[in-house]
Amino acid sequence: MTNSFADFKKAQMIFVIGSNMTEAHPVAATFVKQAAINGAQLIVVDPRRTGLVDFANLHVPIKVGSDIAFLNGVMNVLINEDLYDKKYVESCTVGFEDLKAKVMEYPPERAAEISGVSADTIRDVARRMASVKPAMLMYTLGITEHICGVRNVLSCANMQMLLGNVGFECGGVNPLRGQNNVQGACDMGALPNVFPGYQRVDNPEARAKFAAAWSVEKLPEKPGMMIPQMLDGLLDGKVKGFYVFGENLANTEPDIRHVEKCLSSAEFLVCQDIFPTETTWFAHVILPAAAWSENDGTFTNSERRVNRVRTASKPPGDAKPNWWIFKEIAKRMGQKWKSNSARDIWDKEIAQLTPSMAGIKYARIENDGLQWPVPSEDHAGTSFLHAEGCFTCGLGALTPVDWVPPAEVPDKEYPLTLSTGRRLYHYHTRTQTGRSPGIDDLMGEETADISPIDARDRGILDGEMISVKSRRGEVNVKANVTDRMPEGMVWMAFHFREACANWLTNPAYDPTTQTAEYKACAVRIDKLK
Amino acid sequence: MGDTFMLNGKEVEFKKDDTILDAAKRVGVEIPTLCFLKGATPTGACRMCLVEVVGGRALMTACSTPVTKGMEVITDSERVHKARKMNVELLLSSGKHDCIVCEANGCCRLQDLAYFYGIKEPRFTQTPVEELYPVEDVNPFIVRDFSRCILCGRCVQACNEVVVNRAISYGYRGSANKIVTGGDLPYNDSECVFCGQCVEVCPVGALTEKKAKGLGRPWEVEKIRTTCPYCGVGCQQWLHVKDGKIVKVTAVENAEPNQGRLCIKGRFGYDFIYSEDRLKTPLIRENGKFREASWDEALDLVAAKFKDIMEQHGPDAIAGVSCARSINEDSYQMQKLFRATFGTNNIDHCART
Repeated sequence: MTNSFADFKKAQMIFVIGSNMTEAHPVAATFVKQAAINGAQLIVVDPRRTGLVDFANLHVPIKVGSDIAFLNGVMNVLINEDLYDKKYVESCTVGFEDLKAKVMEYPPERAAEISGVSADTIRDVARRMASVKPAMLMYTLGITEHICGVRNVLSCANMQMLLGNVGFECGGVNPLRGQNNVQGACDMGALPNVFPGYQRVDNPEARAKFAAAWSVEKLPEKPGMMIPQMLDGLLDGKVKGFYVFGENLANTEPDIRHVEKCLSSAEFLVCQDIFPTETTWFAHVILPAAAWSENDGTFTNSERRVNRVRTASKPPGDAKPNWWIFKEIAKRMGQKWKSNSARDIWDKEIAQLTPSMAGIKYARIENDGLQWPVPSEDHAGTSFLHAEGCFTCGLGALTPVDWVPPAEVPDKEYPLTLSTGRRLYHYHTRTQTGRSPGIDDLMGEETADISPIDARDRGILDGEMISVKSRRGEVNVKANVTDRMPEGMVWMAFHFREACANWLTNPAYDPTTQTAEYKACAVRIDKLK
Repeated sequence: MGDTFMLNGKEVEFKKDDTILDAAKRVGVEIPTLCFLKGATPTGACRMCLVEVVGGRALMTACSTPVTKGMEVITDSERVHKARKMNVELLLSSGKHDCIVCEANGCCRLQDLAYFYGIKEPRFTQTPVEELYPVEDVNPFIVRDFSRCILCGRCVQACNEVVVNRAISYGYRGSANKIVTGGDLPYNDSECVFCGQCVEVCPVGALTEKKAKGLGRPWEVEKIRTTCPYCGVGCQQWLHVKDGKIVKVTAVENAEPNQGRLCIKGRFGYDFIYSEDRLKTPLIRENGKFREASWDEALDLVAAKFKDIMEQHGPDAIAGVSCARSINEDSYQMQKLFRATFGTNNIDHCART
């Protein structure tokens, strides 16, 4: 996020797109709800009438996968009605003319046709957004989990820059991260193209610096594979050895049948985890790891805050800290790593090698954590980025983007759109929440959420068993008939193995990020006889 | 110096919109409260923060009375203490306040106040037990013991104004007053989403964690601060630990980013680590089945196999996925292993999903 959670409660204008915050980020949602009941304007853009909509001034139920058309339409109005921030655009951004040319192709009427909301609503959104400054934009996976995920993000950034909203408290572009340390795993360089702190592997200086620190002659310069490429690599033989640390790929990746075929093709699969999972079934070696609260360390949250994690219990049996396991493997391959605790690793390696975190030391984050960039030990951290519109990269790039439909759209055979996500009570593949007594009592099975109209047309009653079928698979699941769903759409989560949405989802990916289009595929539903 | 008022005979500065409670707190004058909840609209319901305002007819509630210029406030006169003591005595008579078996024993504002005022025995007639509402605990996480409820309304404030889940409110009238969900249904048939904020703010033993029952008194537990293992908000938690085991989780107050809040997963989803399903020893697949192995055997095998693959097919024939739930230091080590030891950039995690 460019900004902080503390801004949510203070914001005067909030624009939420593709984020079911009350379920996926419940505590973040409390601040948005507080802002709304205290008078802030809240616009929620989502095909579903999500929990946050109950607090919104305006709900914009766009069709699944029409975000770019809708946002281009809003920007068309901002420019044509002269509502954008000219001074900001001139002094802080580049590319306005190209963006303008592109959004001129999306008059509200055309955007309305694609997105399914009226041209007047699009005008209303634009005028509202221009009426309060700054406005804060938040998004989640509804934006990124599309074949045009990168373009969706660029669209959000375009609108916020056009409005002059980036670089201020209570403004910015704010993706809420789904997992406790997904921000941190990125920051630490668990990505194929960057070292810790986003220092690129194809930069010779960065390679030289890390090679010296790690006492190796050279480091690989070619960016590596992303998860979907790794899985396909198992199938076509490019990847022989696969090391899966704490991920249940067999449930989380789209098209489970395909994923399982890939996993079973691995010549050698190591799984390092805290529980046996559907993925460890395929392993050749399973390494038992210490869990949360069984060792010291740090997590980095969505607002770039590095927080401490502390030991409360001993790991069971012979389970070991993950950092220790990696170190032991390196030792067996001839490398002696010095650091012997998480604190050592952070203070003596990460902080030394990562300029944006150079000022973060364990001693400084005993209480509240610090938000990077923290370039030095006397720096208090950064609560929002790009202050006053001075972008880290120089000028903010306005990037024209075109709308594309989802890779798979409904047709006669599969007439509905399936979109997927998370529910309040469970977390991902339930490896954790399924083992926390009590949670299953509140939500013990998956449902397929459908609209009353689709239910009526097929003679389906609430609670009846239905089949949901895509080109890749079929699941039998209970129907949850709810007026929070629009006609033509089915919604499911991936928490329960039997009715996991990923039996159905489409392995079509954003070309840049290889993020799968979990939010859109074509399905049919039938009442089970 | 800005505007001032007189507090216990001393001239004290105050800020715009200060209540007597705010201004007194800033200069270290303590006024006891029960119903006051920071960040929510003061209700003045419990009458515990009564103070004397010179010229005022009755005692006033410090939590809801704004300070005005030149106001004279007395917080510890005999009249004030007499009124507060009587309020405690009235609250004690309103329900079943038997500390010995109460989960909140040692962490109870009512108990603290009764102790402070030296209340040894009930002054007023106790409400008969059969007239009290029965306990509601049909859900897995929260025990609602109405016999201990003092109707301070902190839970209502927290639910409606802080987490804004709008699941509970005051119900019925007069002596039948009760904190209710819509239709007075049990929590798990109501709008309640089990964030447990009501439990967090309950000053007595009316709302308690079911899972923590009997597992440790407040003075027996060590409180360890940590970060929640679920979503990317990164809520700050207190782990209440006894004998090396987490018995309860509460929110860290006044801490960023969660400002004293948690959700169902953060508050009640901590005990998966104690599941019997945990992997406890390295396992090696042999003839289609897993057998237990020592660390040395398992790690030697992993290293040998990877070395083999690297020699035969090059380092890019190895790929790895790191964990977005584990600590930074683990991800750092894994990418270091891949880059510096194996010699490949084939390292990724679920960053974009």
